[in-house]
Amino acid sequence: MKQLMLGNKAFARGLYEAGCSLVSSYPGTPSTEITEEAAKYDEMYCEWAPNEKVAMEVAFGASLAGRRSFCGMKHVGLNVAADPLYTCSYTGVNGGMVICVADDAGMHSSQNEQDSRHHAIAAKVPMLEPSDTAETLEYTKLAFELSEEYDTPVIVKMCTRVAHSQSIVELGERVLPEKKPYEKNIAKYVMMPGNAIRRHPFVEERTKKLIAYAETNPINRVEMGGTALGIITSSTSYQYAKEVYGDSASILKLGMVNPLPEKLILDFAAKVDKLIVIEELDPIIENHCKALGLTLSGKDLLPICGEFSQNLIAQKLGEETPAFASLEETLPNRPPVMCAGCPHRGLFFTLQKNKCNVLGDIGCYTLGAVAPLNSVDMTLCMGASISALHGFNKMLGEEGEGKTVCVIGDSTFMHSGMTGLANIAYNQSNSTVIILDNSITGMTGHQQNPTTGYNIKGDPAGKIDLESLCKAMGYERVVVVDPYDLAECNRVIQEELAAKEPSVIISRRPCALLKYVKHNPPLCVNKENCKSCKACMRLGCPAISMKDGKAHVDATLCVGCGVCKQLCKFDAFES
Amino acid sequence: MVQNIMIVGVGGQGSLLASKLLGHLLLTEGYDVKVSEVHGMSQRGGSVVTYVRFGEKVYSPVIDKGQADIIVSFEKLEAARYVEYLKEGGKIVVNTQEIDPMPVVIGAMEYPQNLIEKMEKKGVQVDAMDCLSLATEAGSAKAVNLVLMGRLSTYFPIPEEKWLKAIEECVPPKFVELNKKAFALGRGEL
Repeated sequence: MKQLMLGNKAFARGLYEAGCSLVSSYPGTPSTEITEEAAKYDEMYCEWAPNEKVAMEVAFGASLAGRRSFCGMKHVGLNVAADPLYTCSYTGVNGGMVICVADDAGMHSSQNEQDSRHHAIAAKVPMLEPSDTAETLEYTKLAFELSEEYDTPVIVKMCTRVAHSQSIVELGERVLPEKKPYEKNIAKYVMMPGNAIRRHPFVEERTKKLIAYAETNPINRVEMGGTALGIITSSTSYQYAKEVYGDSASILKLGMVNPLPEKLILDFAAKVDKLIVIEELDPIIENHCKALGLTLSGKDLLPICGEFSQNLIAQKLGEETPAFASLEETLPNRPPVMCAGCPHRGLFFTLQKNKCNVLGDIGCYTLGAVAPLNSVDMTLCMGASISALHGFNKMLGEEGEGKTVCVIGDSTFMHSGMTGLANIAYNQSNSTVIILDNSITGMTGHQQNPTTGYNIKGDPAGKIDLESLCKAMGYERVVVVDPYDLAECNRVIQEELAAKEPSVIISRRPCALLKYVKHNPPLCVNKENCKSCKACMRLGCPAISMKDGKAHVDATLCVGCGVCKQLCKFDAFES
Repeated sequence: MVQNIMIVGVGGQGSLLASKLLGHLLLTEGYDVKVSEVHGMSQRGGSVVTYVRFGEKVYSPVIDKGQADIIVSFEKLEAARYVEYLKEGGKIVVNTQEIDPMPVVIGAMEYPQNLIEKMEKKGVQVDAMDCLSLATEAGSAKAVNLVLMGRLSTYFPIPEEKWLKAIEECVPPKFVELNKKAFALGRGEL
């Protein structure tokens, strides 16, 4: 039966149909739904790992045991998992091993716009790149076959527009692969120098075989149309190119983007008058073609930054684009904001009030950087807040220590904050680390993590106690504070900044969007008491605005957290 | 011939259900369909947009400026923000509800006035209605999405009973009646 399905959901279906036995991932937009959907199939063991490196190593272990395995991540997650990736390229696999990396051209929800194809090239592993939901299902299954046939992990690269678009797909049945026994093989799996040096030539030979496969495999296909223009493309760029040119141009659509074919490209180039490569982000196919001696266009016409669309391609290539009406008016932006009742708000307000330097991390709380809180000074990558704080304080000494903190969420702390915390404990900077414990992985849409006590299916699981963990590392000062209590937040932050030793503040309250969180009735404003001082507006709460010169609470948004009430000197907020 | 519908609004307003319903309906009508939306950070009260494209064969999952046949806007300012995506002669269905964005909340900017009139002055066909009141009348302020779908349904030659069947198939059973009522109010039938 035909279904309209999200690309990521079709990926999960592909895992199921391919007989995959284990899925281990760390959430990251736009890859998260693959693992969430996979967890709905009881036939596959699925888990959230603390980070992508762990996830990939778990998947490798499952492959070693002879089962088909999978790990999924966003583009920056593959940086974290690069270590196992580059060497399991050498070991190869036992059961098929497939990795999803989801790129985010346009940076809808990411801190950079890196092109993950570089990882496939550098690690010398094959990479497939579907352009819609149906191909996602097909390529996922193919990836397992290639993995076992060529003895390599295989990456399937998604992008936001494939991962988060729905298109039509026909589903198949789950077919279990032949069982492979675990067999001890020291020369293949123990990557010490003497063995690894013998595996490297294997990798190079494998790449040659994969190039031969790339010449003839049906997912690298030529669609001949008009021959005045030939387009080499992949992923959603293929869809945009078809949208603009239909059958008026010829297209070489590459379903496998590493390694790239040579003869196939040269033959295609010989059949068309003019050649152009349409690819988002870096000129990887383009440079490959140039190395083959071809003259062609690519990044000389099309941008290297941001995502493409049909209009962008049409405009840059000199084709017509449709007319439209526009309002000549600057409209107020509508950036994402911390939700009403977000537990992070009270803490960020306190940090701003104390004029703290705040080294931030990756999560919803990055929104603490926007007006009116403006209270985050730095965001780099998962876990960097703690490590950078140590370096910052080591250099500035007391000048920094007394007013600098870092903030990191519970899930991000589990991901890669613990090692930074160990560094502070070991190399002793007088640093104040704040763990924003909202009891969930928030920004990616509420995934469990090792501190929540529940697994991916919502069943009770092991629970790491943050206080005990910090104490075990040697922190004497570990304080828990409720971020809804502004006075207490203020007292604790001042006290810990003044302390002459490292400390950890755990700001603990569950995300206001969690279903189990009970909310208080919304507040309302006593217009007579309100003196229009706008003190409450400093919180940047989306439920509070000024209406006719007085504070106003939107009752459909307010969850009655009462933080604004604590700021009001005139008792204008009433329950 | 590909037709393009854009659904725009503010994160959290329920546009995902609207696109789910629409996608399901169009699939059962035998069209090739693509629905594209962005998840993640933009959902946190930010401006959100969903593209729905259908026809004999659809390639691109996104809609570009000057291409939308119809825009369904859950909020007035968002209608103005995306009006450039409308093709010449296209229509925009607007819920007249105003939700202040953060620059307005903190007093850095004013919520723009007379947006409907300004769009009409540019030759845009605007179908504005107070969906929030109709949704409340149907039984829940959250049913704005179905009021808008009801209105949208009047622009397509797809029979009403097929829309109602799609509602039954996409909405949890206990909310079906409420949503059907909101849909009917949107169509102007009650």
